[in-house]
Amino acid sequence: MTRQVLVIEDEPNIAEAISFILSRDGWSVSTHASGTTAVQAVRDAKPDVLILDVMLPGKSGYDILQDLRSADDTRALPVLMLTARGQKTDRELAERLGVNRFMTKPFSNSEMLTNLRELVGG
Amino acid sequence: MLTFNTLVGVCLLYVIMLFVVAFVADKRARRSKVRFLTSPMIYTLSLSVYCTAWTFYGAVGNAARSGLEYVTIYLGPTLVMIGWWWFLRKLVRVGRSQRVTSIADLVSSRYGKSNLLGVLVTLIAVIGTTPYIALQLQSVTLSFAVFARDRSAGWVIPDLEQTAIWVAGGLALFTILFGTRNLDVNERHHGVVTAIAVEAVVKLVALMAVGIFVVWGIGGGAQGISAAMEQAIQAAPEGAWSLQGGRWVGLTFLSAAAFLTLPRMFQVLVVENVDERQLATASWAFPLYLFLMSLFVIPIAVVGLAILPKGENPDLFVLTLPLYFEQDGLAMLAFLGGFSSATSMVIVASIALATMVSNHIIMPIWLSTRLGVGASEYRDARQILLSARRLSIVGILALGYFYYRISGGGAALAAIGLISFAGVAQVLPAMAGGLFWRGASRSGAVAGLITGFAIWAYTLFLPSFGEAGVMSAAMLADGPWGIAALRPQALFGVDGLDPVVHALFWSLILNCAVFVLISLLSFPSPLERLQAAQFVNVLDHSGPTRGRSFNAATSEDLLVMAQQIMGSDQAQAWFQAQAEQQGKQGYLPDTTPDFIGRLERELSGLVGTATAHAMIAQILGGATVSVDDLLAVADETQQMLEQTSQMEAKQLELTTTARQLSEVNEKLTQLSIQKDAFLSQISHELRTPMTSIRAFSEILRDGGADDPEAAARHASIIHDESVRLTRLLDDLLDLSVLENGQVQLYPRREVVRDVLDRAIAATSSVIDQEKMHIHRNRSDEGIALYTDTDRLAQVFINLISNAAKYCDAKDKRLAIRVRQRGGRLQVDFVDNGSGVPLESQSMIFEKFSRLSDQAAAGGAGLGLAICREIMDKLDGSITYLPGQSGAAFRVTLPIGTHSPFGRTSSLGINHL
Repeated sequence: MTRQVLVIEDEPNIAEAISFILSRDGWSVSTHASGTTAVQAVRDAKPDVLILDVMLPGKSGYDILQDLRSADDTRALPVLMLTARGQKTDRELAERLGVNRFMTKPFSNSEMLTNLRELVGG
Repeated sequence: MLTFNTLVGVCLLYVIMLFVVAFVADKRARRSKVRFLTSPMIYTLSLSVYCTAWTFYGAVGNAARSGLEYVTIYLGPTLVMIGWWWFLRKLVRVGRSQRVTSIADLVSSRYGKSNLLGVLVTLIAVIGTTPYIALQLQSVTLSFAVFARDRSAGWVIPDLEQTAIWVAGGLALFTILFGTRNLDVNERHHGVVTAIAVEAVVKLVALMAVGIFVVWGIGGGAQGISAAMEQAIQAAPEGAWSLQGGRWVGLTFLSAAAFLTLPRMFQVLVVENVDERQLATASWAFPLYLFLMSLFVIPIAVVGLAILPKGENPDLFVLTLPLYFEQDGLAMLAFLGGFSSATSMVIVASIALATMVSNHIIMPIWLSTRLGVGASEYRDARQILLSARRLSIVGILALGYFYYRISGGGAALAAIGLISFAGVAQVLPAMAGGLFWRGASRSGAVAGLITGFAIWAYTLFLPSFGEAGVMSAAMLADGPWGIAALRPQALFGVDGLDPVVHALFWSLILNCAVFVLISLLSFPSPLERLQAAQFVNVLDHSGPTRGRSFNAATSEDLLVMAQQIMGSDQAQAWFQAQAEQQGKQGYLPDTTPDFIGRLERELSGLVGTATAHAMIAQILGGATVSVDDLLAVADETQQMLEQTSQMEAKQLELTTTARQLSEVNEKLTQLSIQKDAFLSQISHELRTPMTSIRAFSEILRDGGADDPEAAARHASIIHDESVRLTRLLDDLLDLSVLENGQVQLYPRREVVRDVLDRAIAATSSVIDQEKMHIHRNRSDEGIALYTDTDRLAQVFINLISNAAKYCDAKDKRLAIRVRQRGGRLQVDFVDNGSGVPLESQSMIFEKFSRLSDQAAAGGAGLGLAICREIMDKLDGSITYLPGQSGAAFRVTLPIGTHSPFGRTSSLGINHL
């Protein structure tokens, strides 16, 4: 059974790269570019794992994460966060909010795959 | 031999000459070469608008009928001028400090900016002045007729009514052209005033020339004249030439009152006054002028009586005497003198009345149709105001013309003049009381004015239409319903008085009595008290108005409104200056009470005090005045006011310094935060394209896509993102070089149009993509520049592509307007989107201050920061222009000159 992954990323080129890498690895990938409607997109897609960018139009990745963690149906969803602002404070904030993995851009493709596989237990 | 056509031709030439004088003076004033215009002599000569055709022709007639009585008409103004230190000085000071535009505005402003009073005084002035204008039309047509008479050879006897229409129409045209060419905040008309001064000289020279001809040419010198005088005294009816004390005092007082309250006199005395010191000169020069004007009146009268056939109208001796002796040149000069007297009066009076009618009647009505609307609704106020003025001028002259038609032009000139005088003199109690008595109240002024005016109309104005006119002979003789005490010309049984003195006595006595009584009984409003203190103590402290505090008002709204009324440039410059005074940058000062007060006075100059007050109150959301605040100000003693104003000045200074300090402090803190934010931003901006590059290059390294098309696409993404990265680095480097000031400029000569063409060509792809229309006026763009036009084009490119990307209108439009202001070029870029929100306006020139997060728009938010640095290097500036329809940016820079060394020194020496 293919694993579902949802990518929330507003930079189209980065979203395309992640889609390609994951599809080739056998994942079923869907993407979403807006921060405002991201939580609803998660509910609709019901992915096994979520890749979440921080700087999104309308609503930041941190706020989205907070919303996900406070709702029953998404509380346990594994989340991998991606940010271009790789400062220590950013990582700390993400961890406090309950992120599962945190990666800074640019990332290594294989490392991302490893992280995802670990998150879904395979 | 003078023909009718020559006469008309000379008149036309004369009017054209006046046009030229007025035009040149206006132009000079605009270039602020005003030294010659502010000279006290011009001021003094402009006061001669007092001497109308009535004084020019009528004084001789008056002298022929009543001997020396005509002197009273000159005596009143002379006394006022000599006593200028006590009354006129205060009047002029109040007029200047309150930016008063007319006598109606003065009275309205003094009594709590009451528009009711403004309307009342305006009506009195219009009713009082209409007969006077009719009188001028009559005198001009009569003088035409004099030439026509006895000389039927070659003369077509002109149609008098036709002549009057032409004269009225011509005067309306001249007045509109020079009185309402544009709106001046001070309501000053340098051109007109100068033309009036020229006319003053013409009438003086004309009258003296006729006088000299009469005395030494035909009258046989001083001896001949005194003989003629004795003869005239003997021939005159019993008592006509003897002095009547009551009438003398009454007429002298009347002419003094009229000198102060006639709308045209108020216009030249107070409104057109540029410098208070002019009064000191005028105080002796104007009486001297009046003395010269009156010098030959008696000789002309007695010689006329002795030589001319019986039944000749003495009002026209000035003309008929030279004509009788066939002195055509002299007659022509006398005719021009009379023409000057009439035209100058009509022009100034109609300007003054038009200002009053449009400010106190038309504008308030227009404003009331706009109750509750926002500032942007004042868009057409300026045009409406100008049209209102023009319409009023035409209306006033039409009124004068119809009065002339109806009254038939029969009454003696002097009589109409005195009736007008007595009518407008009713304003005197309210005006003088307002200047000297703090207890004078609005209710008192209104009641006094209505009382005085009604009595004037009943005892003098209505009876003046004659027994067949408004009042029946029976009513005049026995009073209405046979009540003798109410006889119009013998009120309360006071019989045997001269009608003018009788009317003046009762109307002013009752006017004053009602005014004082009601003032004592009524309680003035806080605003009235404040204005009372400002008027009465104007000489002790001409400090700033205090007393209102508005916090909610947004100064942007006020700016939008002010732009509609003052015109964009003037309003922007004024707001910028005010902001600077507060220690702030940009166009939006804080809405302090002081600022609001100043804005109100500034606008008063254009639309009148009451209207300006109402307009601002409307914008400020109907915020009312704090009563305690006002009472505190109004009741403070002069000393305390003095102290407070000193302390205020100090405090203002401190506040300004504190504000500047805190602004610097804030800036420093901001800079530190900005530095961190900048690094974090740079990190983000660099990492984003790098992420794509790394991800796709790893994909390629690991074998890439099987589909060759996908592989090619991946390679092109890598390419595009590298370009984006390079561009970002270029921008960063550009900005860093600009900020460190080590930039090399390559100035050259180029026409703005070409620079704009280049910028638009460079942005054509984004313009096409976003479907934006650019509006330009290419004929304005032919200004040659000497500067680094490549850098300038870079700024233009940025602004154009920003408009294309960020304008959120459906049908995107960008207007580019080019103007030259002094030695500077000004280019405005205004789009039709929703603009930049007020809170972001100060941020947009900072680095990475993209308002939306859409990276898709391209660029990293460095564009405007680079523009600002470039304009700084070009000795220019780029600012956000608030209060426009959409986002608006203004670029200004010096036009520059081509120095013989190839570059201007301020640009530095980079190569030889």
